[in-house]
Amino acid sequence: MLSVENIQSGYGNKLAIKDVSVEIGRGEIITLIGANGAGKSTTLMTICGVVPCRAGRILFEGREIQALPPEEIVRLGICQVPEGRHIFPQLTVKENLDMGAFLRRDKAEVKKDIDYVFSLFPILAERRNQDGGNLSGGEQQMLAMSRALMARPRVLLLDEPSMGLAPLVIRQIFEIIRQINRENNTTIFLVEQNANQALHIADRGYVMENGRITLTGKAQELLDNKDIQKAYLGI
Amino acid sequence: MDYFIELLFSGLTRGSIYALIALGYTMVYGIIGLINFAHGEIYMIGAFTAFIVATVLSIYGFPLLAIVIIAGVAAVVWAASYGYTIEKIAYKPLRHAPRLSPLISAIGMSIFLQNYVLLAQTSDFLPFPRLIRDFPFMEPIAHIIGSTDLVILVTTVVVMVILTLIIKFSMIGKAMRATSQDRTMATLVGINVNRVISMTFIIGSSLAAIGGLLIASHIGQINFYIGFLAGIKAFTAAVLGGIGSVPGAVLGSMILGLTESFATGYVSSDYEDVFAFSLLVLILIFKPSGLLGKATNQKV
Repeated sequence: MLSVENIQSGYGNKLAIKDVSVEIGRGEIITLIGANGAGKSTTLMTICGVVPCRAGRILFEGREIQALPPEEIVRLGICQVPEGRHIFPQLTVKENLDMGAFLRRDKAEVKKDIDYVFSLFPILAERRNQDGGNLSGGEQQMLAMSRALMARPRVLLLDEPSMGLAPLVIRQIFEIIRQINRENNTTIFLVEQNANQALHIADRGYVMENGRITLTGKAQELLDNKDIQKAYLGI
Repeated sequence: MDYFIELLFSGLTRGSIYALIALGYTMVYGIIGLINFAHGEIYMIGAFTAFIVATVLSIYGFPLLAIVIIAGVAAVVWAASYGYTIEKIAYKPLRHAPRLSPLISAIGMSIFLQNYVLLAQTSDFLPFPRLIRDFPFMEPIAHIIGSTDLVILVTTVVVMVILTLIIKFSMIGKAMRATSQDRTMATLVGINVNRVISMTFIIGSSLAAIGGLLIASHIGQINFYIGFLAGIKAFTAAVLGGIGSVPGAVLGSMILGLTESFATGYVSSDYEDVFAFSLLVLILIFKPSGLLGKATNQKV
């Protein structure tokens, strides 16, 4: 469905990703794990068109998208929940969700989707008129994911959804990720430092080091891999 | 007492004009963090456009109301297209440059526009046609508040209400707020940030043009240099209220207008600028982020 072929990108004259290829099938959950600064977030930002792609191709359903402006990529159904959540702090919860549906014109369906995300995260319904900046970290992560869902994504890119959250909240977030994948057949591309949890819900995984993919395989294979265990799983 | 009320209204009138200009400064700053020093020139160009259109139309004997409407629309459209173009030429190429570069570009644009109007028109003061006649019903209180003051106040209030509704409830308004709060995220939800920035310049310039038309018909003359002082004053008002904050710009403008008016009335008109800028210095010492601004430690 989405295939990234040998892309390069970076900031200024520094290449943050040197050679990355990732293949994601419809309805799959795949995860990209790696240390800080490996280039994981840059990979997502390049797919979304925020960081320009300098070489290689990105194909979505066979169509090249690496030169499209970001809003066209969102329109195709590729949506990202960025690292650090990026809630609009002085917009209310409801307005944040409206922004997620910015490109949609089907008002009635948007309303249905708001009810849907409120059913996923009932706490957001309670806080609908509060400013996004006043929510707790966990609530902000829920809002960030809900906002992305408002665009009815076909591929959802999640960047470190567990960062800075309590273990209980992390479990809830991962449960919801799985639910979104199951209920809407949304393809999920999950970037995580929390490799253990990520590999447990993913179908396949990629390992990234210094701007390159160094290893790929079924999630279970990676969990069983001795090197991975040592480097990322702390076993 | 009458004198006090007269000064009060004259202060509010001044404040209204400052507010119409200050909003452009504050909105642009909120979105791209740039102080658009060419904004005062947009106001001047708005006044000149209204002047040219109104003069031509009155030669052809158009009725007053038609002149006001056509001149107003022309001023808004023309000034907005200038605002739009300036952003595209002078600021957009510098979007990722260090913060000082677009600031210098803005000052350059301001000087360019002043001299362009100077060469294209004249350096003399031009008599601006009286677009607002005295209303008969204002006769009994004409010594307290003039008809032009009333028109300026009412227009400003209407414009502010419309602007607030746009910012609060419309999709473009929400997109503007979202973009000013987190530009990367705005991009990620599919907002075309360039279009939002253009829209901000268009709205800000339109407001300045309305201000230009109103003040020119109030004072009765214009020249190429009126944008400079008005721009500085409006900028002061925006900083006073907290740059980046829309209600702050209005509040700061009103305070500035009233201060000037009372200083002129009770002390001396020579000291009007002294009081205005002393106020600015005081606010900056005791509340550096302005009255309604958020505390930040951003460098300009």
